[in-house]
Amino acid sequence: MQFMLLFSRQGKLRLQKWYVPLSDKEKKKITRELVQTVLARKPKMCSFLEWRDLKIVYKRYASLYFCCAIEDQDNELITLEIIHRYVELLDKYFGSVCELDIIFNFEKAYFILDEFLLGGEVQETSKKNVLKAIEQADLLQEVLRRQKVAGPF
Amino acid sequence: MLVPSLKVQDLIEEIRGAKTQAQEREVIQKECAHIRASFRDGDPLHRHRQLAKLLYVHMLGYPAHFGQMECLKLIASPRFTDKRVGYLGAMLLLDERQDAHLLITNSIKNDLSQGTQAVQGLALCTLSTMGSAEMCRDLATEVEKLLLQPSPYVRKKAVLTAVHMIRKVPELSTIFLPPCAQLLHERHHGILLGTITLIMELCERSPAALKHFRKVVPQLVQILRTLLTTGYSTEHSISGVSDPFLQVQILRLLRILGRNHEESSETMNDLLAQVATNTDTSRNAGNAVLFETVLTILDIRSAAGLRVLAVNILGRFLLNSDKNIRYVALTSLLRLVQSDHSAVQRHRPTVVECLQEPDTSLSRRALELSLALVNSSNVRAMTQELQGFLQSCPTDLRADCASGILLAAERYAPTKRWHIDTILRVLTTAGAHVRDDAVANLTQLIGGAQELHAYSVRRLYCALAEDISQQPLVQVAAWCIGEYGDLLLEGSCEEIEPLQVEEEEVLALLERVLQSHMSLPATRGYALTALMKLSTRLRGDNNRIRQVVSIYGSCLDVELQQRAVEYDTLFRKYDHMRAAILEKMPLVERGGPQVDEEAKESKEEARLLEAAPVPTEPQASKLLDLLDLLDGPSEDAQHPRPLDPSPGGALVHLLDLPCAPPPAAPIPNLKVFEREGLQLSLSFVRPPETPALLLITVTATNTSGGDVTHFICQAAVPKSFQLQLQAPSGDTVPAQGGLPMTQLLRILNPNKAPLRLKLRLTYTHFGQSVQEIFEVNNLPVETWQ
Repeated sequence: MQFMLLFSRQGKLRLQKWYVPLSDKEKKKITRELVQTVLARKPKMCSFLEWRDLKIVYKRYASLYFCCAIEDQDNELITLEIIHRYVELLDKYFGSVCELDIIFNFEKAYFILDEFLLGGEVQETSKKNVLKAIEQADLLQEVLRRQKVAGPF
Repeated sequence: MLVPSLKVQDLIEEIRGAKTQAQEREVIQKECAHIRASFRDGDPLHRHRQLAKLLYVHMLGYPAHFGQMECLKLIASPRFTDKRVGYLGAMLLLDERQDAHLLITNSIKNDLSQGTQAVQGLALCTLSTMGSAEMCRDLATEVEKLLLQPSPYVRKKAVLTAVHMIRKVPELSTIFLPPCAQLLHERHHGILLGTITLIMELCERSPAALKHFRKVVPQLVQILRTLLTTGYSTEHSISGVSDPFLQVQILRLLRILGRNHEESSETMNDLLAQVATNTDTSRNAGNAVLFETVLTILDIRSAAGLRVLAVNILGRFLLNSDKNIRYVALTSLLRLVQSDHSAVQRHRPTVVECLQEPDTSLSRRALELSLALVNSSNVRAMTQELQGFLQSCPTDLRADCASGILLAAERYAPTKRWHIDTILRVLTTAGAHVRDDAVANLTQLIGGAQELHAYSVRRLYCALAEDISQQPLVQVAAWCIGEYGDLLLEGSCEEIEPLQVEEEEVLALLERVLQSHMSLPATRGYALTALMKLSTRLRGDNNRIRQVVSIYGSCLDVELQQRAVEYDTLFRKYDHMRAAILEKMPLVERGGPQVDEEAKESKEEARLLEAAPVPTEPQASKLLDLLDLLDGPSEDAQHPRPLDPSPGGALVHLLDLPCAPPPAAPIPNLKVFEREGLQLSLSFVRPPETPALLLITVTATNTSGGDVTHFICQAAVPKSFQLQLQAPSGDTVPAQGGLPMTQLLRILNPNKAPLRLKLRLTYTHFGQSVQEIFEVNNLPVETWQ
């Protein structure tokens, strides 16, 4: 996978994960163009389109578009499963996830993604293991926070 | 001064509360000022919070470069919370292009070697997301060590980090190849998945690695087989399919290993058949695995039966209610249509139905596939379908559809009349979208079908009378009426209903075309010339025509004015020559860039009508022999075609610059022949403006001690191509690396069919006469695709 973008129906970016090195300017340009292209698609159209020399796989969940750019030899259908798995993980973590959860907890959205994909490839195919890893990291942070609060003044 | 800084979520709330863009900007600028101050003052406790806020505004599109150094500080901090945000910041704000990115290398190194599992995870994640080549080189050994770490959590990340490192620095393959054997025995799905990805990368970069890993094919087969037979596992199954991610990856690796390798392909045959038949296809996960299986079957040396099974699965996909599945099926079938043509033909009816898809990306593919499936036995039915599609298809597909139909008609037309009818129908339906050479092609076609002149001119007249807006149609019709106006007025033609046309009606129609604001200048030219020709074809007096011609003598359009003046002069001063000049045209030779014959033809005709066609190819009969060798009895060989370029053709040569092919993307040269010091090599050029044209320069060099004399090179290509050999630079290739002999071949390949080329050489070398006939292999695909 080259990159994954999450954006709203109004075209506002909610998450951007780039697995290829590009300048900020290039990223902005790509994001702008791609968002426009995907938002112009009609609801009945298929989830795949060709854009520049990449294959784009996108799916809309409620008010959010999940959009991945994959390479020519990558399997589009399994990419749909990747997107779906990520949504399931978010859903399990936040409990019935909605766009606001991702807006206000964007760091967590990144952390969850980073436990599922690494370097653009799937690293863990067990939902349970991904969620366990996040839980443990959260616990670690919580412990630290409590230590800080209870510390001497 | 301790102003409590905003929490991240509070800032987000405030930003979202802004009612205008300007307000939002104000809030953000104010906050960024605070953040900058905080960074300057160096507040370690809240640094992570400040950076998190900065990352949020960065996502909204605001500048955040002043946070880069803070990422470094956070990563270097011992606190987990700091590291977490610091690494996230590094992934979002730092990249290869900034020198700052190298500064985190040391921190990463420390974290990899001394950190807790969670910290090692963060470091590996960051490295595999934004690690540059230098970073990868520096940290390769650390990552290699982690491949042996007891914790599977770390191992799985280390393996994928190794994948990234190899992508950045292929030489690191030597470090990461050896551990693979051991890693393949892992039971942890994540590690296994990463390992297979790693092996794929290694194999794609090095043929030696590919050879090395072929021996794990049986092991991979076993792993996949186990996955298939394992029952439902809550942890890894999706819709009843065991770990589809892993299955797909294994299948991909098998594809790479089995490609062009009989033995490996054979080892996987049974397994692939098993997956193909047993995978549950009710949901997307199963179809994803099935799709990958099909791709693998079609790419390796699989048994014929298995290939047919694979194509049939794709055919079934075409009937799936899920349009995503239909999409991948159409894409894959398109890739197969050349190599497995008959298998794909079986699904032609379904493909044709897909033309009706409302989604244009699907209908476009269906169109491409349909056009590729047209052959001589189904051409009538397919053209019917495609014509129907042309009437209702979306505008961006019309041009492709129209030219596709015309091309198919040209290749497979069962009769000339059908061909003319088809072109006519396309011109009427989608005239505005046809390519420029359609007009020339049709006039040439009609011209060559003498028995159909009457039929053609009547049909065109009726079409024109109904609609004078479609320019290509108008142009062809005008030309036809001009040429065969006498047949139009004769009244009877068996093929269509009797049509009674008066001279005045014909003239009126052409005048309408001349005057219409819809007519292009070129079209007007056709109409004017047609009127002129009618002056000799019609029986009535020519006053009306003379009037029109003289009016246009003062037309603003220079081209039209010139013609009109010349025609007027023809009437007034050279009336005795008029009939000869305006006689019916001879058949125009096709091939080479089309030139608007009209303007030049009518003036050149008088001079050139006397010249008998002189063949420029003295070896014509021997060429036919070669054609036989290539294609069996060829229809073209018997068709009486003048090989000499006729009026239009002579001008083509004048306009051409035969020895200076324009620059295009370089295609690699090919050495095709070598015998006793005489070498023949081919270099290829495809001029970008004429993609159907291929120029081959044959170069003969002689490194031996004796001259090569009486050297003749002949070539033959398959029937659908057109070949022209130009005169060679000489017939002697001097010894000892003397001046090479060159010869240019011009090949037209309008159908983009795969190129085949046979060469015949005769020469004298060392006192002996030599004859060699051979087919050129390994022609690069860029020569015809």
